[in-house]
Amino acid sequence: MKADSAAGVKAVKTKKTFTQKLDTQGVAGYVFILPFIIGFLAFLLVPMIMSLVYSFTEYDILREPTFIGVANYIDMFTNNAKFWDVLQVTLYYVVFSVPLRLVMALLVAMLLVKSTKLSGFYRAVFYLPSIIGSSVAVALLWKRMFASDGVVNGVIKLFGGQGNTAWLGRGDTAIWTLIILAIWQFGSSMLIFLSGLKQIPVSLYEAATVDGANGPQKFWSITLPMLTPTIFFNLVNQLINGFMAFTQSYIITGGAPRDKTLFYTVYMYKQCFTYNKLGYGCAMAWFMVILVGLITLVLFKTQHLWVHYEAEE
Amino acid sequence: MTNKKVGAARKRAVITVIYHVFTLIFALVMIYPLIWMILSSFKDSNTILRTASQLFPTKWEFSNYTTGMKGFGGIRFSNFFRNSFVISGLSMIGATISSAIVGYGFARCNFKLKQFWFACMLVAMMLPFQVIMIPQYIMFKKMGWIGTYLPIIVPQWFGQGFFIFLNVQFIRGIPYDLDEAARIDGCSVYGIFTKIILPLIKPSLVTSAIFSFMWKWDDFMTPLLFLSNPEQYPVSYALKLFADPSAGSDYGAMFAMATLSLVPIFIIFLTMQKYLVEGIASTGIKG
Repeated sequence: MKADSAAGVKAVKTKKTFTQKLDTQGVAGYVFILPFIIGFLAFLLVPMIMSLVYSFTEYDILREPTFIGVANYIDMFTNNAKFWDVLQVTLYYVVFSVPLRLVMALLVAMLLVKSTKLSGFYRAVFYLPSIIGSSVAVALLWKRMFASDGVVNGVIKLFGGQGNTAWLGRGDTAIWTLIILAIWQFGSSMLIFLSGLKQIPVSLYEAATVDGANGPQKFWSITLPMLTPTIFFNLVNQLINGFMAFTQSYIITGGAPRDKTLFYTVYMYKQCFTYNKLGYGCAMAWFMVILVGLITLVLFKTQHLWVHYEAEE
Repeated sequence: MTNKKVGAARKRAVITVIYHVFTLIFALVMIYPLIWMILSSFKDSNTILRTASQLFPTKWEFSNYTTGMKGFGGIRFSNFFRNSFVISGLSMIGATISSAIVGYGFARCNFKLKQFWFACMLVAMMLPFQVIMIPQYIMFKKMGWIGTYLPIIVPQWFGQGFFIFLNVQFIRGIPYDLDEAARIDGCSVYGIFTKIILPLIKPSLVTSAIFSFMWKWDDFMTPLLFLSNPEQYPVSYALKLFADPSAGSDYGAMFAMATLSLVPIFIIFLTMQKYLVEGIASTGIKG
């Protein structure tokens, strides 16, 4: 809070009273952001540092933590096959759900960019799943829908199929019920794409029409390049969200069958609160921070290869 | 020439019809699961599974709602709703006010290390809760906060990254002339905030309020971590009890309560859609 030497104050020779000092931007700025600073230190920075320290200990919350060096990390990487399994499951989920959700979001956004009397209605309907999709209510609904006697099999029977697949009972189909749920929530990405699409100058399309370009050509050479900043933004956000998915796996499948749908965060939660290995959980959390941080960094470093910013021209 | 024109107009009309039919069917498929859940909640609980492929109930029943409201272990479901309103309401008030204050500081004041703190704010915005949930749990356990609403509500009162960002964007759009005029009239930096800026940023305040309310309403992780007494459960966590093997399998009651739990979200969605859409489009806030 030693901001009273800020430029504005220095200029004035006479000593200021306390109230006058309080009214300078240098001091007032800190008064205003004080809640954030306190919250940042107390609920984010301190916990992060604590978590790093605990990751080098064995800790069950009842007894004092004992320092064990990098043993948690060594066990994770070399000894614990399940760690690699859940990482693989999570990666599989991210690799399929994130791109498919973005493709879906873009396709629907392009469908809705045409403005008609029903535009508002369509936008609302497609956006709705995204706003309720992470709720427990929808997780329970999904669980019932894909049960052997659920509505999905019911509809398949209606169309003459067998309709007796145990969607949640088989590893290969169970993970896809979660991926489909993720794709279903494409609404907020769609809205971001929609506002991105509306910002593309119409003159570009008109010029292309004059040059005799057809629909697909316009899409590949105008729409897609102009949207790359939006795609990049969505991609980074969705990747982080994807790695952190929890509720779906926790409620819908509970990791079943045979941990084929056990997400990283759920396993981390179990390490802490089922097996009481909080130090181990902290190590897992830090591994995730570094992994997701690295992926984000790589994306940022490689964006010049494919992300097209208008200012560069 | 006229024939050609009529042909083109007819072709356009056909394309419009195809467009609407396709989009409408697609939209229906998208919300089919929801419609199915809502209509199933009015079916006789024993017939929900047998009639899964049939959308409308043969006989409209409201018994699922009365059974569902009885709740679990003597705790009525209305109790869970009250808890959710308390948690979401207090979080909403705290997040909205604190984020506006912090947002003003970043948008209008020049102070030392501003860039540094702004970067910290962006980090806080991007860092997922899952990463800090374990150390937070340990910390709150030591503070004796576990089993209370404090760990769920209090952190909301210190500014939320997305809402701070939203307010900063919004305040930057307000002309400086207003600040300067007020300054000349003897208004302090604080007075400018309360008298000039605050009345002008209503849209970003409303957006912060509805998002913070909805997120807390849907929030399942913090109650799971920090609460232990069923009396205190919010709706999101109480619903999960329907999925527990011990709860039996009253799907009717489960769907009824799940439907009811979405009602506040539906209301916000229908009345505040403009703010939701603008909030997402301008900051990329996750919806």
